[in-house]
Amino acid sequence: MEHIRMPKVENVWLVDRSSSRRTQVGTLYLTATHTIFVGKGSEDRNELWVLHSLVCNVVKHKASQSGYPLLIHCKNFQVIQFIFPQESDCHDVYISLSRLSRPEKYEELYCFSFNPNVGKAEREHSWDFLDLKAEYSRMGLPNKLWHVTPINREYRVCDTYPADLFVPKSVTLPVIVGSSKFRSRGRFPTLSYYCKENHATICRSSQPLSGFSARCLEDEQMLQAIMKSNPGSRFMYVVDTRPKLNAMANRAAGKGYENEDNYCNIKFQFIGIENIHVMRNSQQKLIEVSALRSPSMGEFLTGLENSDWLRHIKSIMEAGLFISKAVAEEGVSVLVHCSDGWDRTAQVCSVASVLLDPYYRTLKGLMVLFEKDWVSFGHRFSHRCGHLIGEAKEVSPVIDQFLECIWQLMEQFPCAFEYNEKFLISIHNHIYSCHYGNFICNSQKERKDLILCIIKEKTHSIWPHLWENKLDFMNPLFKPDQSQNQGLLRPSTAPYCFKYWRRLYNRFDRELHPRQSELDSLMTVKEETQQLEEELALYEQKMAVLDKEHAKTLYMQKGVLDSKQALWSLPLDTSLANTPQDYISGFIGGAPNVFTLQQGERESSGVADFSSHSSGEESLPSEESVKDPDSDETAM
Amino acid sequence: MEFAELIKTPRVDGVVLHRPFMPTVEGTLCLTGHHLILSSRQDNTEELWLLHANIDSIEKRFVGSLGTIIVKCKDLRVIQLDIPGMEECLNIASSIEALSTLDSVSLMYPFFYRPLFEVIEDGWQLFVPEEAFKDLESMTDEWRLSEVNKDFSVCPSYPSLLTVPKDIDDESLCKAASFRHGGRFPVLSYYHKKNGMVMMRAAQPLTGTNGRRCKEDEKLINATLCAGKRGYIIDTRTIAVAQQAKARGGGFEQEANYAQWRRIHKAIERSNVLQEGLIKLVEACNDQSHSMDRWLSKLEASNWQSNVKEILTTACLAAQCIDREGASVLVHGTEGTDSTLQVTSLAQIILDPACRTIRGFEALIEREWLQAGHPFQQRCAQSAYSNGKPRSEAPVFLLFLDCVWQILRQFPCSFQFNENFLIMLFEHAYASQFGTFLGNSVAERLKLLLSQKTVSLWSWVNRPQELERFLNPLYEPNNLVIWPSVAPQSLLLWEGVFLRWNRSTKCLDEAYQEMVHIIEYNKELQNKVNSLRRQLAQLETEDGPLQTP
Repeated sequence: MEHIRMPKVENVWLVDRSSSRRTQVGTLYLTATHTIFVGKGSEDRNELWVLHSLVCNVVKHKASQSGYPLLIHCKNFQVIQFIFPQESDCHDVYISLSRLSRPEKYEELYCFSFNPNVGKAEREHSWDFLDLKAEYSRMGLPNKLWHVTPINREYRVCDTYPADLFVPKSVTLPVIVGSSKFRSRGRFPTLSYYCKENHATICRSSQPLSGFSARCLEDEQMLQAIMKSNPGSRFMYVVDTRPKLNAMANRAAGKGYENEDNYCNIKFQFIGIENIHVMRNSQQKLIEVSALRSPSMGEFLTGLENSDWLRHIKSIMEAGLFISKAVAEEGVSVLVHCSDGWDRTAQVCSVASVLLDPYYRTLKGLMVLFEKDWVSFGHRFSHRCGHLIGEAKEVSPVIDQFLECIWQLMEQFPCAFEYNEKFLISIHNHIYSCHYGNFICNSQKERKDLILCIIKEKTHSIWPHLWENKLDFMNPLFKPDQSQNQGLLRPSTAPYCFKYWRRLYNRFDRELHPRQSELDSLMTVKEETQQLEEELALYEQKMAVLDKEHAKTLYMQKGVLDSKQALWSLPLDTSLANTPQDYISGFIGGAPNVFTLQQGERESSGVADFSSHSSGEESLPSEESVKDPDSDETAM
Repeated sequence: MEFAELIKTPRVDGVVLHRPFMPTVEGTLCLTGHHLILSSRQDNTEELWLLHANIDSIEKRFVGSLGTIIVKCKDLRVIQLDIPGMEECLNIASSIEALSTLDSVSLMYPFFYRPLFEVIEDGWQLFVPEEAFKDLESMTDEWRLSEVNKDFSVCPSYPSLLTVPKDIDDESLCKAASFRHGGRFPVLSYYHKKNGMVMMRAAQPLTGTNGRRCKEDEKLINATLCAGKRGYIIDTRTIAVAQQAKARGGGFEQEANYAQWRRIHKAIERSNVLQEGLIKLVEACNDQSHSMDRWLSKLEASNWQSNVKEILTTACLAAQCIDREGASVLVHGTEGTDSTLQVTSLAQIILDPACRTIRGFEALIEREWLQAGHPFQQRCAQSAYSNGKPRSEAPVFLLFLDCVWQILRQFPCSFQFNENFLIMLFEHAYASQFGTFLGNSVAERLKLLLSQKTVSLWSWVNRPQELERFLNPLYEPNNLVIWPSVAPQSLLLWEGVFLRWNRSTKCLDEAYQEMVHIIEYNKELQNKVNSLRRQLAQLETEDGPLQTP
């Protein structure tokens, strides 16, 4: 590869940010797709692989005594620090990585070179894993009031919308075209979610081009038709998810919001969710807080507050709750828009859907929701996630916020979700990693146009991959039958219900997480229960038709069962991160007669302690942290 | 009974009770000497049965002739009673006020409570120092049980029996006691079996401004060091605070006189500051403004989480010195009855798996809190809603429980008890029908004849039917030292206590039940499979001889 100035550097230090003890020396390799660090002279597992596409930025730091540091910040919030003995090596790696992590063309992205060992047929089949048509028919569409309009088949009316769109049967093509001309980027009102039980819908669009006084008959007819397609209701809500001030400012540019006087029977509502720039800055601050090294409680809480991140999450949640209540409790349809209708609108529609419909709280359902509200409706993944080198101002954590809303809901409703937090984190990782083709480009049209459809030709779909690993993503506490997990979830939006998502933002700081996992323990128990159920069924069957031969063979199996009994007690003990943190940082230099604990002593006692329970070595975090188990590099 | 004169109106009909997340109830309100009871007289249950001792403060409001009393409890619950009739309302309010602030300990409910269960195992006899010493004797012969304090004259806040180094005689102990605040000379707190290191606790040395020293005190703590080994003195105060203490006759160990010891200063807040923090925290949790900014800044301003972090960090440091450095440790602050005990008890939870069982944890509370002389009655006299000027109230024990909860969250499989157990202890420390947390020291408890006149909390808790609620279904005994993370990202707000009355716990309770169910079902299946396997094996052996020919 022409961008790699330096394919291999020896004697590089990989700094463990939590503990200087675990810093190791090794060899750094740059490949076309990964940065690979191989620890010297230790076991074969001691490797670190970082996808170039996950690299957010690369920073050279001031030379220190130990050498020339290079800091790599990743989009999955991993921070890696290397120290090079030679300045020239550091610079070469810096230049190479800076280029490799900012691809200019889609074809450079990892998904186009990722080649797992699967056949062509299987790969193509992977793209059929989800079927949006089936999703709409699950909702009960088409029906006598809603149908698919062929108007956007060639993406001529709106090039950021999908080809197939649901509109009220009563609207004519000219009405759609007229309405689309009155909306930013042609994103006319169209259906996002349909509630079978009461016919209320969530529709989405972009802002109207109303300026200070403009109106559009077709657009008014469009809204009227949407309202009428919900026979039970006498009005509909129009929710503008922007702060009122922003929406008013847009009027000066010939855009704006609906005038209640011009539209029959609408109730107009602002919900102040801030724009992508505010969100980007907010997350930046949050990331800085999360990456603070041994902050005081005050620094952390103040930083968290100053980032405003949780306030934004709360506002998105409140918007979703408002809409889902309108649909489920009032039976009123809602039209949601922001400016372009692909960021806040997508967030709010999908949060409302998760609150409304238990299906989206299942693994398959969440995948479908991503595919529907985000991928097909033209959320600008490439821009927002910064897949290609481009406008930094287009990058924004819109999708992170949606995932976080679900996580916050999972904290409040531990039994309502089929999936667990690992599923969300895995999706997050893959949205940014460009490992699979799903989240490439900014719209359906772009994906189809992209050099003769090479996405489906050359890349793989993430969903079947996640589905195959679904055992890892299951929530053991999921109770679909429980009445409070059915129907509408009504989360509390009191401020203390919004928590800092440590598992995402400190994902790679293993020492910050609980040393034993309730989730993992329960998953192991459940797995074992399933095996026991099978054994039991077998035994009962055999008992029923017992003859001498059967008795004999079963007795032989006793050994198998014995070994299984130990199964679930094992991970409980071995998942201990049995090392103390740096508890003394507070006092060094504070008092006149204090002294530092001897580094060497501490280390040796640590080793001695580990050896006493070596059976658990495989799950010791010090090893796992070197290579992350769910980052899929193992698939190569 | 003398209570009768305090009860101006014993009974009011048509009272409406409002409680968080429960339907309102209308019924009859009754006042007894120790309880406030409200019953709607439907299906023979009392909707409210509240100990006066649990009431922290009350507020009255009037709208016309309808009076409202807002009752704020020490367990942080807030309830509202709508009482028809102004006079009745005033009478009830003043009665509650009088009954909830009784000064005399001997009028407290535990002296009147008669258990409805048979006491099988008397909690008062469960954790005696002699038993603990027997365990120690089986591990080492370096220590002896001293009776120097048998009449509590050497140290009024210590128990009568104390574990001290074998080679130090009682006379030296007396001299060392006169050199320590409140006579609290260094005594054994914990013996680390793995490497023979120990943790001791004491109060501050009385060095004063002119640097007094005490040879016996030096000898006493040096006796716990192996030849050539160094130890650590963990002073829970900052160096500045410790310096200031000199002016009041206190101080810290001078390095010149304690050459084998290294001193580490930490910054655990003093009790009055902690009390302010509790009040601010609960205020923040009850704030209905629903603004994110206010919540986080109020949480921060309460300093509660900082206190949790500092206490945990200090305990981890003590544990680290013992387990990783192989050094003995002496812990003290000023009086040695608050932050000192937080540190020594938490360090034991980290180091000693026995303390993570129910019995072991009870023993720890007896040893390191009750017998060690934490002044429960003073500290727990008022809770977060006290509006008077605090005297010596402080949530020292609650902070300890919070720290235990933090470790429990990080090691959910390593504790035999669950969160409910900790919450129960919090409640009983502040208001209880049991005598366990009455008094401020062993001496006071003996004088009150608590073990004869009241029932021990442990007598009740340890009954199998009660214990069931407190068992952690995920528990798997774990013999390792458990090192918690003390990073701010890892420490959580203890919602089970602080948000308990502010949100519905239906979904969380359901999740807990589901967890219990998953594990019970698994055990049930295991039993079934095992028994079937045995049956089959039996059939096999019976049939075996028949098969071979």
